[in-house]
Amino acid sequence: MSSEETPPLARGIVARLTSVSTVTTVLAVLVALVIGGLLVAVADEDTASALTYFTARPSDALTAGWRAVSDAYAALLSGALGSTNALSETLTQASPLILTGLAVAVPLRAGLFNIGGEGQVLAGGAAAGFIGFAITGLPLVVHLPLALLAGLVVGAAVGALPGWLKARTGAHEVITTIMLNNIIASLLAALLVTELFQRQGATNPISKTIQESARLPSPAGFRLDAGLLVALLVAYGVWWLIERSSVGFQIRAVGANAVAAVTAGMSAARTTVLTMAVAGAAGGLGGAAIILGASGQGAVTGTFSAGVGFDGITVALLGRGRAGGTVAAGLLFGALRAGGTQMQARTGTPVDLVVVIQALVILFVAAPIVIQSLFRLRRTGPGGPQVAQGWGA
Amino acid sequence: MRLELRGITKRFPGVIANDAVDLVVEEQEIHGLLGENGAGKSTLMNILYGLYTADEGEILLDGQPVTFAGPGDAIAAGIGMVHQHFMLVGNFTVAENIMLGSEVMRGGGRLDRRRAEDEVTALAERHGLPVDPHAVVEDLPVGIQQRVEILKALYRKARLLILDEPTAVLTPQEADELFEAIRTLREAGRSIVFISHKLREHRALVDRISVLRRGRIVGDADPREASESELAELMVGRPVELTVQRAPADPGAPVLEVEGLTAVDPTGQVVVDNASFTVHAGEVVGIAGVEGNGQRSLVRSVTALDPVVQGTVRLRGEDVTATGRRDLLRSGVGHVPQDRNLEGLVGSFTVAENLMLDLWNAPPYADRGRLQFDEIDRRASAEVEEFDIRTPDVDTPVGTLSGGNQQKVVVAREFTGDNVLLVCEQPTRGVDVGSIEYIHGRIIAQRDAGTAVLIVSSELDEVLALSDRIAVMYRGRLLGPFRTPIAKEAVGRMMAGADPDDVLGVAREQ
Repeated sequence: MSSEETPPLARGIVARLTSVSTVTTVLAVLVALVIGGLLVAVADEDTASALTYFTARPSDALTAGWRAVSDAYAALLSGALGSTNALSETLTQASPLILTGLAVAVPLRAGLFNIGGEGQVLAGGAAAGFIGFAITGLPLVVHLPLALLAGLVVGAAVGALPGWLKARTGAHEVITTIMLNNIIASLLAALLVTELFQRQGATNPISKTIQESARLPSPAGFRLDAGLLVALLVAYGVWWLIERSSVGFQIRAVGANAVAAVTAGMSAARTTVLTMAVAGAAGGLGGAAIILGASGQGAVTGTFSAGVGFDGITVALLGRGRAGGTVAAGLLFGALRAGGTQMQARTGTPVDLVVVIQALVILFVAAPIVIQSLFRLRRTGPGGPQVAQGWGA
Repeated sequence: MRLELRGITKRFPGVIANDAVDLVVEEQEIHGLLGENGAGKSTLMNILYGLYTADEGEILLDGQPVTFAGPGDAIAAGIGMVHQHFMLVGNFTVAENIMLGSEVMRGGGRLDRRRAEDEVTALAERHGLPVDPHAVVEDLPVGIQQRVEILKALYRKARLLILDEPTAVLTPQEADELFEAIRTLREAGRSIVFISHKLREHRALVDRISVLRRGRIVGDADPREASESELAELMVGRPVELTVQRAPADPGAPVLEVEGLTAVDPTGQVVVDNASFTVHAGEVVGIAGVEGNGQRSLVRSVTALDPVVQGTVRLRGEDVTATGRRDLLRSGVGHVPQDRNLEGLVGSFTVAENLMLDLWNAPPYADRGRLQFDEIDRRASAEVEEFDIRTPDVDTPVGTLSGGNQQKVVVAREFTGDNVLLVCEQPTRGVDVGSIEYIHGRIIAQRDAGTAVLIVSSELDEVLALSDRIAVMYRGRLLGPFRTPIAKEAVGRMMAGADPDDVLGVAREQ
């Protein structure tokens, strides 16, 4: 009998996620915003009181609801894009998201699921921070690149480890990367109370202050820093690597059909390690960009990442594992975050709404059939009827 | 049971899989359904079995129109199907498999094994399909497993039996036994739909043949009158060369020398046992055998996909036993793997990308790590032209091509370059007759150009047609190679485990 092997579960999910069409992705975002709007309306006090007599005068509830939603979304929009300051905030939020997004996107193309973005961010940030405060007297043009490089290298090592474990022992990368997140978080917490790291006189776990010469510069008057430049450069590099280089060809081949790739003479093991190292490097740079940038406040703490490594999963999935898509998704979520803070300040709508919208987007991207049946789109990709066989020559 | 299909039409987006198909299967008739891959045979049978719903047309059983919402309805109506890939639970016994889904119960939800086993034994005897109801299915040979599948359908009182490519996994002898059993079923009043793309089998077994091409019935034929080439022409739509034209081989120096090769499977069982053979330049050596007798492991070890446990492999005198796959391929070995979708192609990659899949980092397709898309496209266009690959353009995902054209992509990739050794596993599996003719021609052309060719195929006819020498694999042991011509019957018996000395002795006497 012929061996009709079913793909492993994770690979099947990856294939499904990366084959979602652009139209479906955009619609997923829109539907998530609409549902988010409904939640805002329902949670609004005026609307809620008008709802008690809804059957008598439905227009009251609808008007109140509409006002609540439009106020909240107007605040969100202006907080994200309404001024140069808002724009600066959006871009500041977006930079680490793009980098951690890439840390997940690259492995997706190789059929790997990197949940270790958080650990890679923590490790890369800590390494960059260490170079930033431990070395003194260097000019910016030497010190800053050196700190970034430290983040990149340590991040790559942290990424390569689960890749190596998978190649060597078959240990699943989802499990090992999750475990590694905890190990690294604990290691960092321990490091921060050592003499090597801890700020003198401080009782809380916070590192020494990072030298100005290792900080990412900002344009005068803005919080936005050169981390965005790093993110965009890395995104371009990833795009080139995946789409234009022979290494990327290998990564894509292993991701799309590992058996065929090995049959063609490629090494799946080497590709796995390499891919995870590249991913870790992007994550590590994400951590470095936070620590050396405006949002890092000049020191390493145990919680500086604030979950940005996990948000990278969302960003990469929405970006469908592509570099360009990841940048776009990173910008979108950066805008939602920046706008969400403004929205909470101005209308009282909790910033958690942004998390809800984020989650809904992923829900719809992961279950595209919901969106496709809602808008009666033709199904594409795996799962559709297998009729593409055609006829003999 | 008399079956009539009237005007069955089934459309998939962009394709009409069945186009107004009319088909009548008389009571007590073995009806052959002949057609290439993708002609619509499976779609038609899936409609009959309730897996698809027809867009138009109706199904009549004994003159009564019926509609099926699912296979359950079809089974209840007396239709049974034996799929190409068996639907059996490996670690269940024969009796358990047969009663699965319609279990015989005692009180309190307990299974009545004893009664089920008795029923199975009685059923098996009645139909001349002997099986041991206590045997665990995964321990049984494929031919017996198939028998269990047939019994499963009969147990559910099937009066019309659909057999989808039933001989694909059988030795010639097992196929003969199956044919005998099918005839017995006919005598017992059952109707049978026999699906196969092998012309010979239709002529040996069936009462009437319907030929499907591109979703339509293009003709009915009487198997006793129509010749194989007439049937082939009906099936393909043009005259087809069925025999491979080849001059006697002119073997040169040894190219592939395998000595005492032993391989084990992941569980540590020996699957290739001390195999030795040589393939010379300019000759075709074929390895016949029923699938699962170690051919696959042998090829995987020889082509550096699996490690060699014991023994040596030499290529043009050089020891390559420990050489990596990539280096081996690049030192002049072409390998057409068994399963093009799993091993040969990356379905989502374009035709052009698949044509250089094994040269992804080699000049001129890559220059210092940078892919050279002009070169890649240039080569792809040339090969699409040379190998007659029917594709809209070289940027089309290879997964959307027909099976025959997909196989041509693999063949084009592996046959291009300065090959010294060419290893072809199942080179024409699932490929239409027209492409088979073409691929066979290219294999002989490679031989005539001085390449050493190793063919591994479970299609005995294919091995016989191409090979200058034939070896048989049975339970991990390699018998031969023997010089051709050799009696087909003799090879068939060795595939079933007969001793070569006995078989060839008998063959010589004949």
